[in-house]
Amino acid sequence: MTKDRGSMVHSPARRRFLGTSAAVAGGLVLPAGLPMQALAAEQHPPIGTWPAGVQGNSVFIGIAVPRTGTYAVQGEDELKGWQLAIEHLNSGHPLMKQISPRTKKGVLGKEVKFGVADSAAKPNDAVQAEQRFISENKAILMTGSTSSAVAVALNKLAEREKVLYVTGISGSNDTTGKDCVRYGFRQCFYGQTAAAAIGPVLVKAYGKNKKAAYLTPDYTYGHTVTKSVDDYLKTAGWTMVTNQVAPLGAPDYSSYLLNVANSGADMLVNVNWGHDAVLSIQQAKQFGILEKMKLVVPYQIPFLAREVGGNLLSGVYAATDFWWTLEDKFPLAKQFVAEFTKKYGYRPEWGANNAYMSFALWADAVENAGTFYPPDVIKSFEAGRKLQSTVGEVYFRKEDHQLVRPVVIVRGKTAKEMKNKEDYWEVLDVVAGAPLMQKPDAFGCKLGSYT
Amino acid sequence: MLTWSNFVAQFFNGLALGALLALISSGLTIIYGTLGVLNLAHGAMFMLGGYAGYAAYTATGSFIVAVIAGTLFLLVFGIVIERGIIRYFYNRPHEDQLLVTFGLAICLVEVVRLVFSSESRSVPAPPVFSGITSLGFMLYPTYRLALMGIVTVALIALFLVLYRTRLGLIVRAGIEDPVMTDSLGINVYRVFMVVFGIGAMAAGFAGIINAPVVSLTPDVGESILVQTFVVVVIGGVGSFPGAVVGGLIAGEIISLTSMVNPAYAYVMLFAAMTLVLVVRPRGLMGAKGRE
Repeated sequence: MTKDRGSMVHSPARRRFLGTSAAVAGGLVLPAGLPMQALAAEQHPPIGTWPAGVQGNSVFIGIAVPRTGTYAVQGEDELKGWQLAIEHLNSGHPLMKQISPRTKKGVLGKEVKFGVADSAAKPNDAVQAEQRFISENKAILMTGSTSSAVAVALNKLAEREKVLYVTGISGSNDTTGKDCVRYGFRQCFYGQTAAAAIGPVLVKAYGKNKKAAYLTPDYTYGHTVTKSVDDYLKTAGWTMVTNQVAPLGAPDYSSYLLNVANSGADMLVNVNWGHDAVLSIQQAKQFGILEKMKLVVPYQIPFLAREVGGNLLSGVYAATDFWWTLEDKFPLAKQFVAEFTKKYGYRPEWGANNAYMSFALWADAVENAGTFYPPDVIKSFEAGRKLQSTVGEVYFRKEDHQLVRPVVIVRGKTAKEMKNKEDYWEVLDVVAGAPLMQKPDAFGCKLGSYT
Repeated sequence: MLTWSNFVAQFFNGLALGALLALISSGLTIIYGTLGVLNLAHGAMFMLGGYAGYAAYTATGSFIVAVIAGTLFLLVFGIVIERGIIRYFYNRPHEDQLLVTFGLAICLVEVVRLVFSSESRSVPAPPVFSGITSLGFMLYPTYRLALMGIVTVALIALFLVLYRTRLGLIVRAGIEDPVMTDSLGINVYRVFMVVFGIGAMAAGFAGIINAPVVSLTPDVGESILVQTFVVVVIGGVGSFPGAVVGGLIAGEIISLTSMVNPAYAYVMLFAAMTLVLVVRPRGLMGAKGRE
């Protein structure tokens, strides 16, 4: 069953007379009487939604994010991050300028507008929504994904339509691995870097030669994260005694957990995400599994600790992209957390941070390119500029469009250790990103052409 | 993991899963069997029962009050919906019924999301049923054991109401020959209203007693709806005993397939449904359907 909340267009983009929609059709007729773009248009034939999407004094971003289904809670958090970033871009906020130094107001002086559609974490819904944004609003940027299945689908759409795409949350190795595209970029950490960062911590905490049971969601994210974690832990003599693969949004985990209970494992590695993670952890508790096994969450889920409740995550190790107490370590994180909390009344989770950062990095790429012409923006991303982020210095790797960025290792706090009601995790380490990454071609990434 | 102990554990768990599926499906099958309405809002009603109970629980802290509130709320809700919407669709084509109930489901889910947000909500099991029981061959959550008993009692009660009371007799007469029943001075339309109320109530009751097992989200009804339809199709559309048998079969298929390869649990469920439809198009216990 699919549900479609339709798309909600904020401050609808004014449709300007283009003389022709050749830009979308890929024809070669040039719109007349458009002084701003005339020069660029003479240099380049139209591509994707360029120059149609940059004719007016605003540009449009299409956001397809889950607002229903298993990943709805995380989707709402992401959406707030994107909305804050757009607000900061349009006002030329000081925080935005520290990440994207050339930003003044808007992007290249154009106001940023956006539309939101519910993807329900389903690839088809996301692709349909984005296609609507491309054809109706001439979107010059797409974003969205909380599920890597969506990210991979939107990667393909971006490549086909020649419209840039920055991922939302996406933990699969494939997103910048075998399914990487020239037109897609990822800001956040992923299976390989999560495993390489948390692996040593787990071995140090629990020792070698452990028996691990895995809970894996049955799609690209689950399979690649489980493989990466298992590959690393094998080197310390850990064995996978069972791998319980469940569909996204499974209504009950009892039969999987019985297999886990009977597997003789002493570790439970839960790769499930969103509500699936909440449900599977709560039910693991009901079946007495958490008393017998140590829980590990290799790819942390926003709001997990609060939703699971009962302090079930105290002492649990997780790898994550961002946690708000990093404000003590990074000045930009402090500003981001303050701005976000002021606007939304709670401290941001990593989905919101990833969303904000991905727009800021896109703005920096566009400002440095000096044009919205997609191939130039891509080359600007690929230039490997060192950028300031909320977790220190970062840069994009040109071979696979993956941001080289640290991974944060956290451990769940006990109720006594919590200084406030959002103080769920203790930051143990911020692990430098570059050494965690595979070689650029190790996961089969072949970027497509620029045009 | 094909060990004897795991097989026993999974088989037992299959019964527990199946009992719950049977209860949820019974409401769907009663409504279809008597009114001929395919109710796609059944999953949403299951969800609504959970949330009504959750609201009552947060207000009172009592699980019993939560169960009563969830159940009664859905009884009233079912009656209101029948009077307000469903009764206008009895004589319309099936696709209209599907659309209106599907639309209703979307509205219900989004209203609940507006009020409670998408975040998971938990109703803890009552203290007497909290913790874990050792069955000798396995450890099993005490509340899930209790649930098997609760569901069995509820199904028997439903059966008795439908097949051993005057109300049940009138209901079945109303299905068989509405015109004759009507001319005997029985208000058939009131009977239909009560039936829809009972069906919704069964869904609501299932929603709240299931709440301690799963954490509630506005989307819990969606995945259960698909399973419920599979159960009804396997058992025979409109057959109450069929819902019970279909539920138990579906529970066992999910559990026992998970034992061998969890990724195929739901594939096998649909494969079984297809097999039943090929061999017995009416389902295992389906009577000749209403034309």
